[in-house]
Amino acid sequence: MRIRISFVLGIVSYLMLAITGLMLAFSRANNISTGIPSFIPFLSFIIFFISIYIFYQAHLGRLKDANLQDLLWKIFVTGLIATILSLALKLFKFLFENHKVGDNPLFINFIYFLNLGLLLAFLVSTFVVWERFIFYQKSKRLIYSWRSFIYFLLISMSLIFFSVEFGDPIFYAFLGITFLISIYFSVNLKWVAYLNYKQKWKSILLFLLIVVYISYFIIQVVDSSNEILILNLLDNVTTMGIFTFVVVYAITSVLVLLFNLPTSSVFEKKLEEIINFQRLSQSRNTGKNKAEVYEILLESSVSAVMADAAWLDTIEPGSIETKQLRYKIDSKEIQDVQEHIPKGRIKKLLSSDPVKNLMTNRYIASIRDYRFRSILVFPIFIQNESLGTLVLLKEISDGFNDEMINIIGTFINQASISIENFNLIDAAVENERYAKELNIAKTVQRSLLPSSLEKSEFFDIIGYSVSADEVGGDYYDVYKISEDKTILIIGDVSGKGTSAAFHMSQLKGIFQSLVQLQLSPKDFLIYANNALAKGLDKNSFITVAYYIIDRKSGSVEFSRAGHCPTLFYNYDKKIANYFYGIGLGLGIIRNNEFYRYVNIDKIKYNPNDILVLFTDGITEARNNNQEEFGYDRLKSLIIENAGQTPDKIKEAIVSALNSFCGSTAPDDDFTLIIIKFKENKT
Amino acid sequence: MITIQTNKEEDFYILKIRGEVDASSSIHLDNKIGEIIKSEKKILVDCNDLQYISSAGLGVFMSYIHEMEEGEIKMVLYGLGNNVKNVFHILGLDQLINIVETKEDAKLLVDAI
Repeated sequence: MRIRISFVLGIVSYLMLAITGLMLAFSRANNISTGIPSFIPFLSFIIFFISIYIFYQAHLGRLKDANLQDLLWKIFVTGLIATILSLALKLFKFLFENHKVGDNPLFINFIYFLNLGLLLAFLVSTFVVWERFIFYQKSKRLIYSWRSFIYFLLISMSLIFFSVEFGDPIFYAFLGITFLISIYFSVNLKWVAYLNYKQKWKSILLFLLIVVYISYFIIQVVDSSNEILILNLLDNVTTMGIFTFVVVYAITSVLVLLFNLPTSSVFEKKLEEIINFQRLSQSRNTGKNKAEVYEILLESSVSAVMADAAWLDTIEPGSIETKQLRYKIDSKEIQDVQEHIPKGRIKKLLSSDPVKNLMTNRYIASIRDYRFRSILVFPIFIQNESLGTLVLLKEISDGFNDEMINIIGTFINQASISIENFNLIDAAVENERYAKELNIAKTVQRSLLPSSLEKSEFFDIIGYSVSADEVGGDYYDVYKISEDKTILIIGDVSGKGTSAAFHMSQLKGIFQSLVQLQLSPKDFLIYANNALAKGLDKNSFITVAYYIIDRKSGSVEFSRAGHCPTLFYNYDKKIANYFYGIGLGLGIIRNNEFYRYVNIDKIKYNPNDILVLFTDGITEARNNNQEEFGYDRLKSLIIENAGQTPDKIKEAIVSALNSFCGSTAPDDDFTLIIIKFKENKT
Repeated sequence: MITIQTNKEEDFYILKIRGEVDASSSIHLDNKIGEIIKSEKKILVDCNDLQYISSAGLGVFMSYIHEMEEGEIKMVLYGLGNNVKNVFHILGLDQLINIVETKEDAKLLVDAI
């Protein structure tokens, strides 16, 4: 909208200016009055001026994404077109040189007005672009002072009404002030720093050409300065002021660009280092892998120190295989260099340790009699674990300065952090996988234990088992073999954790097979020992107790293979006793001598008597003082709670155990089975 | 954690176990016994400072029973605390491994068998 209005206004005011100006010229030449007051062309001029300023500002505002180079190029093209058109006008004028028309004030003014339009358009557009350059990095103060400058220029425009001409003290005063202001704004050249070497050269060229064009126009104006001109731009302070500003800014830009040229490569290098640094540190987020991190490290290091050759040895943690990344060097040369290092002088040791190994210390050395004259060796460590070594080579001696060593150190640190992050994430993923596997194992193992124990007509039963780790080695099972007989087993695999869990599942298989044969407890244990002799590993054994509860005879027959003694509570006598009998864990003797160590016990039970089966996780549970829960505590708990249901008794024992252990986590699996006999109704 | 101290008295090789033998420390005991039965014939195990032994620790003693019989290596444990002794007893290992009260008894027993 602003563009259109300013464009239309510009055209209208220009036409007004040209027409009224020409009419004035005509009237002045012919000494007739047109009745047009002379302020009309002046006002048109000011409106035209402001319109093109607004037009270009709005136009530039649209090109938000354009960089300074593009703008400079645009101005250059505008200048070129304006100059060509102006040259065409000159040619046109030259054609009429010797003609009568050539001296006609109307004609001269006409040509002059066309030139004026071109010059102002070019000058103002340049001014607007310079304004953009100055505001490359804005500050409040800069905005205020620029606004004042614009106001000052507007005020200077009004001088046109007072016929202030070139040569007047006021004219000089205004021009002088503009010059000072121009110098003040010329220090705003921050954009220069962001150009690279090539861009700087290009900018210098463009600036110089723009200055040439503008100067050409001004010379045109000065040349054609003539009495017959209605409106002489030379006499216009604003035009001359803007011209001064444009030229001053262009010249300081060129000078600053020139002086910046030698340091530009350093700046570019620093920028590159920062970018490389960022690449190294963001490698994880950008989906890179470890190999790519190493590649970036080598690449960045080579460019940071301008190395002639380099290689990077890397080693995966926990592996012995090294990988080599090479830059402009082959493995034959690497071998040569490694042989030359001991011959070369070690210039400076960067780590405090003496050089034990030439490949795991930080140092710079100079090499004699070889293509490469200086070497920088930098090992890469994560928490004292070697990840590899970076070796940089240069063909000149003393090729590495402290600055370079620092930057390489930073790169290496960043790379190690990235690599460490990769390793940590890999480890976390691995752990996650193991945790999942263990969870599966836990579910499977849980299913090996009976989910609920079937209550019988003649006894109540409760079973409870807890593992110290995800999976455990405790086992219990109940098997009702006939109306009258129920078989019970409790077992504990030595050790704990996964290996115990595997042996426990073997035991389950053995139990489920043998139980159907209706063996005596003794025979069961002998067969089970034989079966396990081949399946258990060298250091493992399993303790088992096997019970046959017979309702007919009202008795429990049992055998103990190294398992915790059975606790039996006699309701009538209100006493509890442990049944120790000889026995030996399964898998300890793996030959046919085992039968010697098996004994059978038999107890008669009455209603309300209690049978307690457990594993050593209960009796050997320890508190902070390394005291064991022990057999006596268990016994007293049974006596105290004998009147309760098995479930309540179990709860009493578990809570007593928890309060005994306090904060110490149980370090063994524990299992508890409580059987309470009912009235015998047969 | 356990510490294992060894020394020789006459032709007896004395292995002193201090601390608690659990699943992780039993590996050290296993390595030590595996190493000494290669050269020694008379081994005394001093259990005076053995505070606790888990089933994994018992598994270590158990696993060498057969090997020792075949190699005619004699091993006697002495100085066991009540807890430790009870653990051996419940498992029935005391039927297969010689356990006595004192070092002197142990020496006598080793020479007798």
